[in-house]
Amino acid sequence: MSGHVVTIDRIKCDGFGTCAQLLPERITLDEWGYPIIDAAPVTGSELSHAKRAVNACPRLALGLAKAAHPAPAGR
Amino acid sequence: MTPTSTPQRASAPATGASRLLGPAAGTDVAAHAAAFGALPALARTKRGHAGPLVAEIERSGLAGRGGGWFPTGRKMSAVVASSRQARKDPAVVVNAMEGEPAASKDAVLVHRNPHLVIDGAVLAAQSIGATTVHLAAHRGSRALHDLQKAVAARGGSDPVELVVVDGPDRYVASEESALAHLVGEGIALPVTVPPRVFESGVRRRPTLLSNAETYAHIALVARHGAEWFRSVGDPAVPGTTLISVGGAVGQPGVLEVPTGTTVRQILGLAGGTTGSVSAVVTGGYGGAWASAGALVDLPWTPEGLKPAGAVPGAGVLVVLPDDACGLVETARVVRWMAGQSAGQCGPCRFGLAAVSSDFDLLASGRMKGAELRLLQGRLGVIPGRGACRHPDGAVRFAATALEVFADEAHRHLSGRCSAGRRTAILPVPSTSTPLPVSRPGEEWR
Repeated sequence: MSGHVVTIDRIKCDGFGTCAQLLPERITLDEWGYPIIDAAPVTGSELSHAKRAVNACPRLALGLAKAAHPAPAGR
Repeated sequence: MTPTSTPQRASAPATGASRLLGPAAGTDVAAHAAAFGALPALARTKRGHAGPLVAEIERSGLAGRGGGWFPTGRKMSAVVASSRQARKDPAVVVNAMEGEPAASKDAVLVHRNPHLVIDGAVLAAQSIGATTVHLAAHRGSRALHDLQKAVAARGGSDPVELVVVDGPDRYVASEESALAHLVGEGIALPVTVPPRVFESGVRRRPTLLSNAETYAHIALVARHGAEWFRSVGDPAVPGTTLISVGGAVGQPGVLEVPTGTTVRQILGLAGGTTGSVSAVVTGGYGGAWASAGALVDLPWTPEGLKPAGAVPGAGVLVVLPDDACGLVETARVVRWMAGQSAGQCGPCRFGLAAVSSDFDLLASGRMKGAELRLLQGRLGVIPGRGACRHPDGAVRFAATALEVFADEAHRHLSGRCSAGRRTAILPVPSTSTPLPVSRPGEEWR
């Protein structure tokens, strides 16, 4: 499996920052509190943390997409 | 090769530069037919099938003139493919909004030859199986009036429905997802992509959304063929293109030139520069600054301008005289661009506001070196983090200013400015309509 990429709906995102706490390996926050997402595929043990971050997003802005999908990651 | 050259007859299509702006038929249908020839008769294709004009456009090499320079034929094919997959009739949208304050090419084109733009949109609609053409221009603009008058003059004789749509006077209203949103739902705000507009645009229909100039070229390819279209301009992006030239030139205005014309030739056609020149804005306020020396001998194509970090964008070229301060000019433009953010995405809403404050400090000579490094860091984290490309464009404009005016920035850090003038060069609209959204959670304010 080639893994998944973390996606984000920038319009839905309100900068709660939960994702950066649950997936700090891939997500940091900018100075205004909005996520900066590593575009590299999430694999192995990180995937369960990524899923937890997606489920915890209070705005349902975070998502996971198959890495092969042409959806640009981090946007 | 001037903005107002003599009309050419339709029987002898120009191979030179005056294809779109040569004749000026206005809204009169008979004058248009006399100048350009009658609208070629096409059968509307069935849903999910491309008419022969699509292949002809692909062969012509026509690239979109709204700023993206994406191959128009491929875009049409993508809409047809999406239409087939989604089993939905596609829509056609003409973007004559011209959000760039320094641009006037679409207004000039739509004033001189509105029927050329409409012809192209009608032919494109028939070739991808669309039944409606939406023509969008800013509320209260001359372009809107010209389009309404031209549509009325055609008297419902077209094989597809023509609908004129007015949009609010906001920069992001002409962004493609915002425009499709406006046409479909009346809300001129960008939406999250994907799906892109060619897959799901106006009322979730696959949508062909292109710039007014692009449709005018389609109308001429339908009349004269791909070979004729390719006979002028750069082979990679052939044909002619419209450029709004402004700032320190003898005759500011809209020019039509073959793609690949050098910036030096373009400036010559605009009456030459008035006095010495330091830098140039290319593409628009979502475009890039370039130093005049690096730019002047480069050809006007997306690839050709790259060595100077410049972009043709929506065909904007503004010359900054060297007694004007590029940082002061940039600060004013960036403040306006920050205000034009739809405010939907945090990195754009807060990021552009921060960059604008930084530029105000820098322009007024009150910035410290550490704050300049902070600004450079901010410019690095904002791009690619909005639903649309508005923050990317504004940041590119700001970042290229720091490169092109690096020496001047150092003078400003020590409280000095080498500019002798205080009059503004780059046009910035003074007012703008308020945001059409109330922000959730801020009702109390």
